[in-house]
Amino acid sequence: MPTITFITHDGAEHEVDADNGASVMNAAIDNLVPGIDADCGGECSCATCHVYVNDAWMPVVGSPADREEEMLDLNPERESNSRLSCQIPVRDELDGLVVRVPEFQM
Amino acid sequence: MLLPQFPGIQLMSEAVSVELSAQAQANPQDIPLDQIDVSDPTLYESDRHWGYFERLRNEAPVHYLKDSAFGPFWSVSRFADIQYVDKHHEIFSSEPTILLGDQPEDFTFVNFIQSDPPIHDEQRRAVQGVVAPRNLAEMQPLIRQRVATILDELPVGETFNWVDRVSIELTTQMLATLFDFPFEDRRLLTHWSDVAIATPELTGSDGVTEEERRQEMGVCLDYFTRLWREREHQDPKFDLISMLIHGDSTKDIVNKPMEFLGNLLLLIIGGNDTTRNSISGGVVALNQNPDQYQKLRDDLGLIPNMVSEIIRWQTPLSHMRRTVKADTELGGQQIKKGDKVVMWYVSGNRDPEAIDRPDEFIIDRPNARHHLSFGFGIHRCMGNRLAEMQLRIVWEEITSRFRTVELVGEPVRVRSNFVRGYSDVPVRVHPR
Repeated sequence: MPTITFITHDGAEHEVDADNGASVMNAAIDNLVPGIDADCGGECSCATCHVYVNDAWMPVVGSPADREEEMLDLNPERESNSRLSCQIPVRDELDGLVVRVPEFQM
Repeated sequence: MLLPQFPGIQLMSEAVSVELSAQAQANPQDIPLDQIDVSDPTLYESDRHWGYFERLRNEAPVHYLKDSAFGPFWSVSRFADIQYVDKHHEIFSSEPTILLGDQPEDFTFVNFIQSDPPIHDEQRRAVQGVVAPRNLAEMQPLIRQRVATILDELPVGETFNWVDRVSIELTTQMLATLFDFPFEDRRLLTHWSDVAIATPELTGSDGVTEEERRQEMGVCLDYFTRLWREREHQDPKFDLISMLIHGDSTKDIVNKPMEFLGNLLLLIIGGNDTTRNSISGGVVALNQNPDQYQKLRDDLGLIPNMVSEIIRWQTPLSHMRRTVKADTELGGQQIKKGDKVVMWYVSGNRDPEAIDRPDEFIIDRPNARHHLSFGFGIHRCMGNRLAEMQLRIVWEEITSRFRTVELVGEPVRVRSNFVRGYSDVPVRVHPR
């Protein structure tokens, strides 16, 4: 079971066990990590599960697909390592992943 | 009297009589399925649409009406189908308009809510920074101060209209701030917002005629053009007009009147009707559910969650319309290129498949943010965080002053198939 660390805006680290096949967003919600809203329930259509992926992990996590790109593009606080966590499926290679949760979701 | 009565509340003797359609006076079970017409604005005015949407969700979740005052259209009434349509903008276009009623061809607003990419993206990008969460944090003290002033001036011991004294006043002050609009003229913003879509042809409203609408829109255009000319040679500032002046994709917009007017009205309406009617709707909902009002008094920490529940429960905009760009299938129905598809948020927000006990107002509802009122996809409400912040502050300040904002008569709802709101919410306030 991969372990994922969410660093919230106040600097707190939340290390959670994530289920393969679920999304990184699910891992946050299931473990009550603050700062992830996921209003649309994982449909890539609200952009309220925005995270910044630790740069070293970007090659493993990968880039956003087109529809995710459209949603991220609406956010003025978007960075090159921005992803919507509902669009990152949990898998063994992500064991140890570190993502930062923004201060605000749009 | 057909309006539903609230327990313990007497109807006011001068209650406004409304002319309702036959459908609004019928039992929803008695209307043939293929004749159910949810574009009928008197359904919303009388709050009698619920039974019709329940039938559509159960019997025809993607429902075709071949003839209505707004032409033929498809109604999408289930949460999941609405989310699908909202998400797939490449099939379901926001052009030429997002209202059920078509705009007149010789007077068509152009703006980003009724544009597809790339125009949508460029124009939205120019202005969305104004409501970015970081900026909202800075606005918060000002909003709180204004809310406090409005509430402190309310006439204790008298019956008054909450809509006018609080809901309109607060949202209009906020808009005036966002535009840096002359404060003493701020009710013009409310007026233009109301008039812009208040014709029978656009929304079934009985507000104004098309001729009156055009005349008032001309006044609005002149006023904002004057503000633009005053500000175009000034340094960039943090108001919406200045942002349009200095935005790459919008700097020439003043030379395209229907695009200028269209985007101004989008921002005015977007920041006005929606929050206004959610502020009013919260008072109505808490009075209809005294157990929830008590729950709120017992735990003011529930306010942020309650705000999301109010926004779901009220659903201040009933629908958004799309137009199909290519033949497609939805819910087993074949939809043709050019067909109108209407997403009824007001129905999806009461879909038991997506929301537990959807007809109940539950201020500590788990997962309260999972609602359709802001829409989904690229057109998701730009100001959603500002709206939530305004509502949160309003309820924090109300509860610190008043034990109860008591509804003392029947609320009067507006006639519109788009704006789901109130013109009169008679109340008395009872200080703590």
